[in-house]
Amino acid sequence: MLSYVIRRALLTIPVVAIVAAIVFAMLYFTPGDPALVIAGDQATPAQIERIRVALHLDQPPYVRFFAWIGQFLQGDLGVSVFTGQPVTYMIAQRLEPTLSLVVLAVLISVGVGVPAGVIAAWRQGGTFDKVFVTASTFSFSVPVFITAYGLAYIFATTLGWLPVQGFSPIEDGVGEFISRLIMPAIAISMIYATLIANVTRSSMLDVLGQDYIRTAITKGVPRSQVLFRHALKNAAIPVITVVGNGIGVLIGGTVIIETIFAIPGIGRLTVDAIMHRDYPVIQGVVLLSSIAYVLLNLIVDLTYVVFDPRVRY
Amino acid sequence: MNELLDVSQLKKYFPNNNGFRAGSPIKALDGVTFSMKREETLSIVGESGCGKSTLGRTILRLSEPTSGNVWLDGFPVGGASPRDLRRLRQRMQVVFQDPASSLNPHMRIRGTLAEPITNFKLEKGRSAIDDRVAELLKMVGLPPETMRRYPHEFSGGQRQRIAIARALASNPDLLICDEAVSALDVSVKAQIVNLLNDLKEQLGLANMFISHDLAIVEHMTDRVAVMYLGIIVEIGDRDSVFLQPAHPYTRALLSSVPTIDASKRRERIVLKGEVPSPANIPKGCRFRTRCPLAFGLCAEEEPKLREIGDTGHFAACHLSEESATASA
Repeated sequence: MLSYVIRRALLTIPVVAIVAAIVFAMLYFTPGDPALVIAGDQATPAQIERIRVALHLDQPPYVRFFAWIGQFLQGDLGVSVFTGQPVTYMIAQRLEPTLSLVVLAVLISVGVGVPAGVIAAWRQGGTFDKVFVTASTFSFSVPVFITAYGLAYIFATTLGWLPVQGFSPIEDGVGEFISRLIMPAIAISMIYATLIANVTRSSMLDVLGQDYIRTAITKGVPRSQVLFRHALKNAAIPVITVVGNGIGVLIGGTVIIETIFAIPGIGRLTVDAIMHRDYPVIQGVVLLSSIAYVLLNLIVDLTYVVFDPRVRY
Repeated sequence: MNELLDVSQLKKYFPNNNGFRAGSPIKALDGVTFSMKREETLSIVGESGCGKSTLGRTILRLSEPTSGNVWLDGFPVGGASPRDLRRLRQRMQVVFQDPASSLNPHMRIRGTLAEPITNFKLEKGRSAIDDRVAELLKMVGLPPETMRRYPHEFSGGQRQRIAIARALASNPDLLICDEAVSALDVSVKAQIVNLLNDLKEQLGLANMFISHDLAIVEHMTDRVAVMYLGIIVEIGDRDSVFLQPAHPYTRALLSSVPTIDASKRRERIVLKGEVPSPANIPKGCRFRTRCPLAFGLCAEEEPKLREIGDTGHFAACHLSEESATASA
């Protein structure tokens, strides 16, 4: 088991390296000269040249790539060309809102999606199931920003129950924290929760048709135990996979949601950095989120062991 | 004394909706009546799709019958309260065809076998349950240590032994084996059939053996019921059915069994056509569309199961008496 964890962890290194190379190359091939952008309209060619040298833009790309990797390994992602602050510091400052948003969204999605899927499967063809199938098609097809503006219109603008925008850290009070975060979390959860519920439903339907469910009934196992102990545990693997992979999608979704709800998180940081052609920040954010995604996949793989005795590492 | 199992006019229709309009229902069971004595093996044979498996499931009320009822030792199964139903199910247990899917892959063997014991409150306390589980495993020829393992660590034959142990855990009177040996290799098949026979002797079990394999049925059964399109067309003692089949369908089935012994070789009867859809059962005798002997009456009147002489041998054919004497 431990050796598997180590092997898997080592395997993530080439993945991260390839991602790093792609991130670097993407920016390299993007048209436009960052030195020009930073220097502004009024700059003389000499000033532009000075900036170019300061950013090592005069060096060949492979030299810049390895210099960047070397710094990264020492925990240094460089300095923002726009604010002059270290990229790691900027990311650390923006981490809490994004993490809060993602964690809340996962809790909502799993908390709603899994029970909904279980009930729909158990009562297949019943009223709940029919409503469920229709509603899931609907919620799947509505884009995040429509849901977000719809929620904001109803609960903030019209009813006035919730603040329209902004973020309040959890240290300043849980009530305020939740009231600011609940709408963005629900908006971003819609598609994710639907996905989880659909996977749960189909996985449960598959398991409920198995003979060991029939034998469990004849063994006198109470219905709730049949559903949760016998069926859900066996149906869990696809659900875990989609929960894990979905978090990656959620992180992507935060870019839109944080912009709509004016949340000062990683997503906003990314958008701002792209606007300003703040190369070091973009590279840092993309690299770190891909590492987070790779780690997440590792965790998902390891949880299989808990849910499936046939998986042995 | 009551019969152990009484099945009366059991019907199971499945709705046949194609999403737009309701078609005529699929009549998986179309009025099945029979009974079983204690410690008796009754085999249910027939082609796939004739309703054999539905019969097993409907008797256990794993699917609700459309009409008709089942009595276990005089107690009605249909209409029983959830509490009574649990008590009745303790006395009738099922072994399914696919040993890979009939054991929960997430539970160790001990867990699978202990569940019926604790649910039906047969033993109390960890060590008593452990002892009982070990005893069950020994009964099916597996070492007690295997209780700590998971189903995927066993071969198909071993898993089927575990499935049988699981069925025995609640001390049933009736075992329903739904194609319990069909998925196994020939050699393993023989072992499991012998195991079932031994257990029947030791424990005084009645065995309802659902199978399409006539060679095995002939080897182990006391009585045979032949099903075609949701009804029993012939039922009787093994010897009368196998040696003096009274229904043309039974004769066709028997003629399809491969045999090496030339003296036993029967004339091969090849049925024409396909099995009609259970959603659209022919009027009159439901076998007439494929029957080599069909005549005018068959299209008009559905033959009832009639006893041939006083032998406990019944067949649903207008010509059953003539056929039985002819083949005798």
